[in-house]
Amino acid sequence: MAVSTKSDALLELMTFVWLEADRLDHAQYDDWLAMWTPQARYIVPVEPGVTDYEAHLNYAYDDHSMRQKRVERMLSGVSVSASPVARTIRSLSRFRLLSDDGTTAELRCMQHLTEFRRGRERTYSADVEFRIKRTAAELLLDQKVIRLINADHALGAISYIL
Amino acid sequence: MSNSLLPVDGSSIDAMVKPDRAKGTLYTDPALFNEEMSRIFAKTWIWVAHESEIANPGDYKMASVGLEPVIVTRDRKSQIHVLVNRCRHRAATVCEVHKGKTNSFVCPYHGWAYALDGSLRGVPYDESYAGKLERGNLGLKSLRVEQYRGLVFATFNEDAEPLVDFLGPARKWIDLFLKQSADYPLVALGEHKFVFPGNWKIQLENTTDAYHFPLVHKTFLNVTDSETEELFDIMNKGGWVEDLGNGHSVMVMMPELVDLEEDLEAPIPHKFADLAEELRAEGHDETKVRRIVRAVGGTGFNLNLFPNLGCSAAFFRVLQPISVNATEVRHIALGMGGGPAAANQARLRIHEFFQGPMGFGSPDDSEVWDRVQHGAQGGGDLWIMLNRSLENETVGEDGQVRGDVSSELGMRTAYRQWKKLMEA
Ligand code: FES
Ligand SMILES: [Fe+2]
Repeated sequence: MAVSTKSDALLELMTFVWLEADRLDHAQYDDWLAMWTPQARYIVPVEPGVTDYEAHLNYAYDDHSMRQKRVERMLSGVSVSASPVARTIRSLSRFRLLSDDGTTAELRCMQHLTEFRRGRERTYSADVEFRIKRTAAELLLDQKVIRLINADHALGAISYIL
Repeated sequence: MSNSLLPVDGSSIDAMVKPDRAKGTLYTDPALFNEEMSRIFAKTWIWVAHESEIANPGDYKMASVGLEPVIVTRDRKSQIHVLVNRCRHRAATVCEVHKGKTNSFVCPYHGWAYALDGSLRGVPYDESYAGKLERGNLGLKSLRVEQYRGLVFATFNEDAEPLVDFLGPARKWIDLFLKQSADYPLVALGEHKFVFPGNWKIQLENTTDAYHFPLVHKTFLNVTDSETEELFDIMNKGGWVEDLGNGHSVMVMMPELVDLEEDLEAPIPHKFADLAEELRAEGHDETKVRRIVRAVGGTGFNLNLFPNLGCSAAFFRVLQPISVNATEVRHIALGMGGGPAAANQARLRIHEFFQGPMGFGSPDDSEVWDRVQHGAQGGGDLWIMLNRSLENETVGEDGQVRGDVSSELGMRTAYRQWKKLMEA
C-alpha cells in the first residue's frame, strides 16, 4: 500500500493529541475537559484486546462526569495519594492514521509516561487509540483507549490521568 | 535484619505481639517474613480461587500459596486440584499463562507432560531410564483442597482441620455474602491487581479497619452522590466488628445491608431507579427487580478470612505476600452468572469507581499502607496500637465478642491467630 508522507490530516491530528498530552502534564484540566465530545469515553481496559468495554471490567471507564470527578479528586487536596499529584511527562510517538472519513478519524500511537512522586519514578507504556471528531470549529476527542502493555498484571496506584 | 529475634520461639514472638499491640518489626523483619511463609501460609487454609474462575473441565488458573506458585485446575470429572507449578524433572514451571483451558501441562524444558490432576503422563525418550522411572511418584506436587460454597481453599498441611471447622462461625457470613448474586450463581467478572511497597499484614489489618474510612476515603465521599455518601456514614450507623475465631472477623458497616433478602419493600434508591426500570422493561417481576437492585450495591460488611481473603461488599480482596515489604492485592469483581447484563454492568461501574489502581478509593488505601511501611522503619521501640474499643467489647447474639464499628477487635483477632501459628 502506498503511504503518503504529505498527509496534512496526520499532522493536524498529531498536533491535537500532543496538545492533549501537554495539557495533562501541565495540569490545565479545564482546557483538557473541554477537549471532549459530550458522549466521549476515556477508557483504560484491564484485558488486552477487549473492545466491548461496557461489558468488561476496566481500570477507568469515564464519561464526562467521571472525568470531572477525576480532576476534582486531583485538585481537592484531600486525597492522600494525590497530595501531591504525581508529576508526569508523557511522550506520544509512532502515529498511524487508521481511518479518516472527514468527520471522524481514528488514530493510534504509543505513549510512554514517566511518573515521579515521593522520590519514586515509575513508567507506564501503552498503545493509545483515539477517535477524534471534526466539527466546523475544532477537533474533539470522542474516545480515548489506553492499552497498557502490562494491563493484566499488577500496577502501582495511579492517582492521575494516564 | 540485624535485630532479628529469630529463631522463633514463644518468648520472642510474645515480645513482638501482645493482645492489644504489636512491634513494627512485624512489618520489616525479613527473617520473620520467611517464618510466616512456612508457619502460616504453608500450614493453614489459603484461599486460591472461586469456582467460577475454573467453571468447566479443563479450565485452570495460576495462583500462589505463600510464595509457592500453584495451578488450580478442574479435571474431566470436574474435580478441582491445586498443583505446585514446578516440574518434577528439574523444576521449571509448567504453566505461565494466568488462566485458560487445556488438556495437559507440558514442561517446556524436556517435555514432561502432566494431566489436569497432576499425574505424569508423558516423558520423551524414556529409554534412558531403562524402565526404572517411577512415573507414579512423579506427578506434580498436589495440595489438599476443600471448598465451601464455591470458595476454593488449599493447604500443604495434611493435618489441618477440615475447612468447615476452620471457617466455623464465618460460614454464616459467607452465606450472607453470597446473597449478593440474587439467586443467580455468583461469578467472578474480572479483577484489578496492584502492588504496594508494604508488608502483607498492613493490608490484612485494613479490611477490618472502619476507623480510616471517613478520613482516607474523604475524596471518594466528596465526589459520590449524596445517597452513597449517606450510606457510608458508617460511624453513626450502629455497625460493629465481631470475632469469628481462627483469626476471622466481620466488620459490619451498614447493618441494614447485612441480609440482602430482607427489606425488599424499602424504596429503591434514586441512583438505581434507571436500573430498576431497565429490569422491569426486560420483564422481571417486581420482587425480582427489587432483589437484584438491592443485591447490586453489595453487602454492608467486610468478612475477613485469615490470612488472605476479604469478602468485601461486592468483591473478593485477595492479598498475596511477595516479600517483607511488597504485597500484591487483587480485587475480584463479582456478579450474577447469567443474570441481567444491566445489573452486571452496574456492578462493574461501581467496582471501577472505588477499586483498583485507578479507582477513587484503593490508591488512597495503598498510599497510607505505604506510609505505614515507611514509618515503621522508625521508632523501633514504639508499639503499633491495636487497642481501640478494647474497653467496651460486648457479646453479640451468636455469642461472639463484639466491638463498635471502628473497633480494632478484628486486628486483635487476626494477630491472636498469627501468634498461635507462629508459636506452634
Ligand atoms: S525441567 Fe521439566 S521436563 Fe525437564
Ligand atoms: Fe480503605
